[in-house]
Amino acid sequence: MPALTHLQRLEAESIDILREAVAESERPVMLYSIGKDSSVMLHLARKAFFPSRPPFPLLHVDTTWKFRAMYELRDRMARESGLELLVHRNPEAQRLGINPFTHGSALHTDVWKTQGLKQALDQHGFDLAFGGARRDEEKSRAKERVFSFRSAQHQWDPKNQRPELWRLYNARKNKGESIRVFPLSNWTELDIWQYILAEDIPIVPLYLAAERPVVERDGTLVMVDDERFPLREGEKPMLKRVRFRTLGCYPLTGAIESDADTLPAIIREMLVARTSERQGRLIDQDAGASMEKKKAEGYF
Amino acid sequence: MAAPSPTDDLHAWLAAQQDKSLLRFITCGSVDDGKSTLIGRLLHESKSLLDDQLAALEGDSRRFGTQGDALDFALLLDGLGAEREQGITIDVAYRFFATEKRKFIVADTPGHEQYTRNMVTGASTADLAVILVDARKGILTQTRRHSYLVSLVGIRHVVLAVNKLDLVGWSREAFEAIEHDYRAFAARLGIEQVTSIPLSALHGDNLGAASENTPWYRGPNLLQHLEQVDIGAHAEGPLRMPVQWVNRPDLDFRGYSGRILGGRVQPGDAIRVLPSGKQSTVTRVVTYDGDLANAGAGQSVTLTLADEIDISRGDVICAAEDPAGLADQFEATVVWMADAAMLPGRPYLVKLGATTLGASLGQPKYVVDVNSLDHLAAKTLELNGIGVCNLTLDRAVAFDPYAQNRDMGSFIVIDRYTNQTVGAGLLHFALRRSQNIHWQAVEVDKQARTRQNGHKPCVLWLTGLSGSGKSTIANIVERQLHALGARTYLLDGDNVRHGLSKDLGFTDADRVENIRRIGEVARLMVDAGLIVLTAFISPFRSERRLARGMVADGEFFEIFVDTPLAIVEQRDPKGLYKKARRGELKNFTGIDSPYEVPEAPELHVDTTRQSPEESATAIVAALVERGIVRATH
Repeated sequence: MPALTHLQRLEAESIDILREAVAESERPVMLYSIGKDSSVMLHLARKAFFPSRPPFPLLHVDTTWKFRAMYELRDRMARESGLELLVHRNPEAQRLGINPFTHGSALHTDVWKTQGLKQALDQHGFDLAFGGARRDEEKSRAKERVFSFRSAQHQWDPKNQRPELWRLYNARKNKGESIRVFPLSNWTELDIWQYILAEDIPIVPLYLAAERPVVERDGTLVMVDDERFPLREGEKPMLKRVRFRTLGCYPLTGAIESDADTLPAIIREMLVARTSERQGRLIDQDAGASMEKKKAEGYF
Repeated sequence: MAAPSPTDDLHAWLAAQQDKSLLRFITCGSVDDGKSTLIGRLLHESKSLLDDQLAALEGDSRRFGTQGDALDFALLLDGLGAEREQGITIDVAYRFFATEKRKFIVADTPGHEQYTRNMVTGASTADLAVILVDARKGILTQTRRHSYLVSLVGIRHVVLAVNKLDLVGWSREAFEAIEHDYRAFAARLGIEQVTSIPLSALHGDNLGAASENTPWYRGPNLLQHLEQVDIGAHAEGPLRMPVQWVNRPDLDFRGYSGRILGGRVQPGDAIRVLPSGKQSTVTRVVTYDGDLANAGAGQSVTLTLADEIDISRGDVICAAEDPAGLADQFEATVVWMADAAMLPGRPYLVKLGATTLGASLGQPKYVVDVNSLDHLAAKTLELNGIGVCNLTLDRAVAFDPYAQNRDMGSFIVIDRYTNQTVGAGLLHFALRRSQNIHWQAVEVDKQARTRQNGHKPCVLWLTGLSGSGKSTIANIVERQLHALGARTYLLDGDNVRHGLSKDLGFTDADRVENIRRIGEVARLMVDAGLIVLTAFISPFRSERRLARGMVADGEFFEIFVDTPLAIVEQRDPKGLYKKARRGELKNFTGIDSPYEVPEAPELHVDTTRQSPEESATAIVAALVERGIVRATH
């Protein structure tokens, strides 16, 4: 019997985390953002509880500004997995028509995503939420626990985290407090892609290169995914062969020019690429510890 | 043969990636030994840093850096804003990199003394430790502390990285002197595998290639060693699988989901379930990808059994012929991780495997001075303290000694109120006496005494600030109960502090012990059929909970004698508050020691609105209402 491979070890650890979290919570939920990490997390959940269905719903905190292809995959995966899909859109943001073009990315993200997430968690009374964050993504993520405690106000206190030893996760909390659990903590971007390839996991086609209408703004290629995109004077969408390394709100997600239209080609491109995946994500580019600040306020 | 490259033959390359093994290691050392620089360098040397990360690092180096125009690799890892300002690493950061031969997860652990708990955290999942020493300073107190922790947690492979050798002119003598000192110390700790490497993390010498500056050094460079070191097989031994989740999709399927923490399993294997001791046979090893012919340590599976036996979360499925031990009292090494010291006897929670249960820790037999390794006497464990104590659990659980199976012999200690992880421990062995103490069965029991007394026994636990009127009210209650023909006894400061607890003072630890003794006496008196009244400040919720747990449900009445501090201070019948305010009385509740207000007392007496007589009458009325005593005898 050969020793477990790296991916098998990661998978076994994630399943262990998923089961432990479910067993220790009353009302768990899985945050489903439709990206590649969410896809892997959902796949792992289906493995963890097989032959049972994962005993929790999926929650999509929607901003109404995701790519159309993301909404398609979301609905398909909910159907295929048989899991209940909850979609939350911050009614306040909807009323005010908050969007990245007029209100800027910071306000847009705060109101739709951070506030929206808190509303959804409070409204349903979820005491534990799974998220697909990985420690290799960003500096403040590297210090996040697998089981990460949140106050009743959903705040994260990076200086007062519970020590996490061996595989003993402390999921205890008082009423109103909650735990966020990150089953993919120890996965890297490469691990995710290798696993998607090995397990044939459905992903949003936007990760693969194709001709798409884009405009160039401040050095970033932004896709014109629907008619709400306000074109500037003289701006005209051009067709370019592009793909995305991460997916979010389409006006805030930069495309890269690429010919990689298969999974192996993506992996190859990633291995020779010299930039990290978050570069295409416009919200990270404020100075210094911006992610830490957002997380402390309740962002996932 | 050269390793396949991703650009030439992707499929061969991917296959090679799949077969890579994983090494988890930690780096430890004192502040300024260059840990973060070392890891930053390892990421750089293994080409794990990407252009935008390098660009951000260049920007950060100019803004915060300490290396002039050069890259300050420490900034890559010191991710939290507070750390950048203070220039120290205050939490465990996990980093990932890969070479052609291996994948690595590195825990960067802080050297700052007050954050030792983070180092134990990082070490608990590591296979190997890199211990950094500044060549100019040699072995420091922190080096000894970290090495001791590394040995405690059971890490067998240590790399002694003698860093900043450039600052001592690449001196071979300096390197060898430090190596010599360290080996002597490591041998005392039982660390067998020590590999010493002369380094300059800042300049990259001997990191990913042999350095020209150390022609006298013939050993491997650091990356080479990390790629090659054989960490051996994971926990073999007999089958152990704690049940995490009972898998019950429909009436036809009942499986037990968990991660195998030791040994192997296949259909047909005889198993024994602990703590029940029931036996059965494995019928299937179920996974999403199909049933397995067998599975081993590290795998997450779902087992089905031939017999319908009662198994729940926390039970451990073991090899029938070689099951785990079963006990409720242990000797354990405990590392304390909270600001509030461990209090012997206080009820905590312990999580072990997939079980969380009530527990208490005894007074340390000794604590370890991590600098000298001496055993010292102590009454408690402070933050970062390491000691050996007895652990008592509410019920017996399956375990293996830590030395045999890390996952079956480790536990965390959780505070019942804050839910913080306050300690971590390693089980050494079960105490014999836990198997040999049996209650003497008696024929005249509590029920018999209750019948004869004509009332039920209970504890009336009055709690409140000094001077709130607890004793006054308790005396009136006792008089009224006596008049009703009830058998009573009042425990108060006078008859307890002068006898039973005369060896105790007023520190937090002594207060806990005092309440424990009172609780035990009250328990015996309740068994004797009496109504026991206690009138003590008893300021801590956890001790009141401890006392509550000593008697049966419905036998404990927590009575909060509620008088605001301003009023008791005004009354001050014994002049104690004035003394405390003048600093002549230490640890005085309400002044320099906290009073934790009861969250859900059975009775709440507000002395600002009721006289002592009215309060007492209300208490007796409540006892009548609950059927403890009858209104007329």
